[in-house]
Amino acid sequence: MQSALFQIGKWFVHTPAALQALIRVLLYVIPLLLLVPMFIWWERRLLSWMQDRIGPNRVGPFGLLQAIADGVKLFFKEDITPASIDRLIYFVAPAIALFPAFALGGTLPWGPNRLLTPMADVNIGVLYIMAVSSLGVYGVVLGGYAPNNKYSLLGGLRSSAQLISYELAMGMSLAAIALASGSLKVTEFVHQQEMPIWGADQAVWIQNWNLFTPYGFLAGIIFAICMVAETNRAPFDLPEAENELIAGYHTEYSSMKFAVYFMGEYAAMFVFSGVFAAVFLGGYNFLPIRWEALIDDYPAATAFWQFMQALNYYGAPIWFIGKCIGGLSVYIWLRATLPRLRYDQLMSLGWRCLLPLSVANFMAVGFWVLLTRLMGGMEQFESDAQPLATLGLLLIDVLIVMVVDRVYRRGSGKEMASRTIEMVDPPVLRSIELVDGGEPVVPANG
Amino acid sequence: MITGAPLILYLALGLFMFTTGVVGVIIRRNPIVVFMCIELMLNSVNLTFLAFARYGLWYQGTTDHGDISIMNGPMMIIFVMAVAAAEVAVGLGIIMTIFRLRQDIDVDDMNLLKG
Amino acid sequence: MPSITITPDLIVFVPLALVAALSAIGVVALKNAVRSALCLVLNFFTLSALYFNLRAEIIGITQVVVYTGAIMVLFLFVIMLLNLGAPQLLAEKKDLKIGAGLAGGVILFGVIAGTIFPPLVSVNVIHAPTKYGEPATLGHTLFTQFVWPFEVASILLLVGIVGSILLAKRKI
Repeated sequence: MQSALFQIGKWFVHTPAALQALIRVLLYVIPLLLLVPMFIWWERRLLSWMQDRIGPNRVGPFGLLQAIADGVKLFFKEDITPASIDRLIYFVAPAIALFPAFALGGTLPWGPNRLLTPMADVNIGVLYIMAVSSLGVYGVVLGGYAPNNKYSLLGGLRSSAQLISYELAMGMSLAAIALASGSLKVTEFVHQQEMPIWGADQAVWIQNWNLFTPYGFLAGIIFAICMVAETNRAPFDLPEAENELIAGYHTEYSSMKFAVYFMGEYAAMFVFSGVFAAVFLGGYNFLPIRWEALIDDYPAATAFWQFMQALNYYGAPIWFIGKCIGGLSVYIWLRATLPRLRYDQLMSLGWRCLLPLSVANFMAVGFWVLLTRLMGGMEQFESDAQPLATLGLLLIDVLIVMVVDRVYRRGSGKEMASRTIEMVDPPVLRSIELVDGGEPVVPANG
Repeated sequence: MITGAPLILYLALGLFMFTTGVVGVIIRRNPIVVFMCIELMLNSVNLTFLAFARYGLWYQGTTDHGDISIMNGPMMIIFVMAVAAAEVAVGLGIIMTIFRLRQDIDVDDMNLLKG
Repeated sequence: MPSITITPDLIVFVPLALVAALSAIGVVALKNAVRSALCLVLNFFTLSALYFNLRAEIIGITQVVVYTGAIMVLFLFVIMLLNLGAPQLLAEKKDLKIGAGLAGGVILFGVIAGTIFPPLVSVNVIHAPTKYGEPATLGHTLFTQFVWPFEVASILLLVGIVGSILLAKRKI
């Protein structure tokens, strides 16, 4: 068994780079394809438990085969295609929606072995993720346009406006982390997160996961909110709102094409959680503990620390997938808990709250990097430069959040009069005013 | 050592895209499609800049390259992208305003300034 | 006819160039504006792949983010909003200009190609340093050598933002 693995390893190292890349792609795509039915099952079960009912548990043990039964049903269902559609775009739109969902994980490292993952360790790592998530808009907008249906077109346009608005804050929060880590590569993000926390001494045994740093915490929360908005999930699922737009941009898609859209949505949720785990939660590390520092500090239990270190190294993909499933569960939890945001609330949150916050965070990180370098050059601060600067950054970030919150609250409620917004979101839906703590007021001459 | 495709092929593709854009601006009557052909022309120029930057013709044999940096090409592309983005935003706003005022977007009918 | 060496770059270039050329023709030739825009999206995507082929990774990915991911989405948005208003107004009529335009295009191609291509036919050795397409190099050059154009470009983008918001408002 071991010699067989050794032989395979030797063969792999000596194959041409293109074939190695193809094998890496297959190693990523095939497990993801096989896991998507599991996500569907997990969503239905977890959502049911949160809603005080039992989910599907008839088909197979614990209902595990439910997704496969659904797939078989959708395969044999009658495929209704409307008559006056744009045929080519109608059939291609679900595929265009599926492609970014899978391509998103191209630069994510699933383990420490650089021959097997990530698919391509390019110098532009996190910018690739931004680019592919911008391509996700096309599946939605074309799916809304292709069937000749005004409501699905409105749903598609609304959804694409939402997607491009939240892309900005997402990009700026990732840019802040890239600035702090000094590189655009996601593998470099994970490597920087294995350092001692806040740049402290090498003897400290806590890892510097980005979520535990002040800039990373703020950027992480912003990224998490934008992540939920990018995948069109609750509470940002207005494009699929059934009481307004029938089913939004996938109204006219039945059976297999609808299944492809859904598959793309679940895969995107999983891979976005993976991006969050890699950038903010230390990637494929099990716990935020530096085992090698523990070996130095407490040499009495060296065997245990070394066992944990080996567990961390060899089980890396398992921990990463575990974090991805944790992220997926948070998605499901949000769906079970929060009510849907109205369109203007959604837009105002994206443009007037998250974007200023992430830009201010980015500028604060810039000053922090400058301060760290300056202080690191001075003798008395040499070893404490980074922790002190990070403490200062914590205070600045708290200040930024308070200022943006005050400005956001003062400006809420006033809507910009714009004809483009009126074409997409007709005024009859917005003319009902909600007064704080009172009854909804409908204007007399609607 | 020869590792790249011949430069002439990149230039030929850029020139083909450019002439297609010019033909499109002349032929088409929908202003949005005219705008898209302008974007096509800008992109062909980007490709030409990058091809010349990679095959740095003035870089061979000498170590003194004077004032010409090889990064002039990629930098030009960045600025063309920024300008194109701003231009598209404003231009499409103008087209939408004209459409709302006149309910008609045929480029050949916009001849109020004709002498 | 000079001899052509088959390199991996050439093998990747040929299909990408074919797709780019065909989609460029598609932008001009298709009657439906949405299909025209989608052909342009395909063109930009293949151009980005060509930039990767030229080892300028940061430019290639910026092409996807800026052109394919933002500018073309804006185009599609506007086309679909105008479709929502009155779809039949976007149909075009046939014209005599088409013949003259095509002839002019062919002549333009011939004139420029005849002037520029002959001295450059046998150039296929790369002289750019290997790291010229990396984010670090681009960032360094952008913020040291090209910092003035960078600031001017940001003012230009600010003007563009203000202009497009003004054009979209009902009451100024």
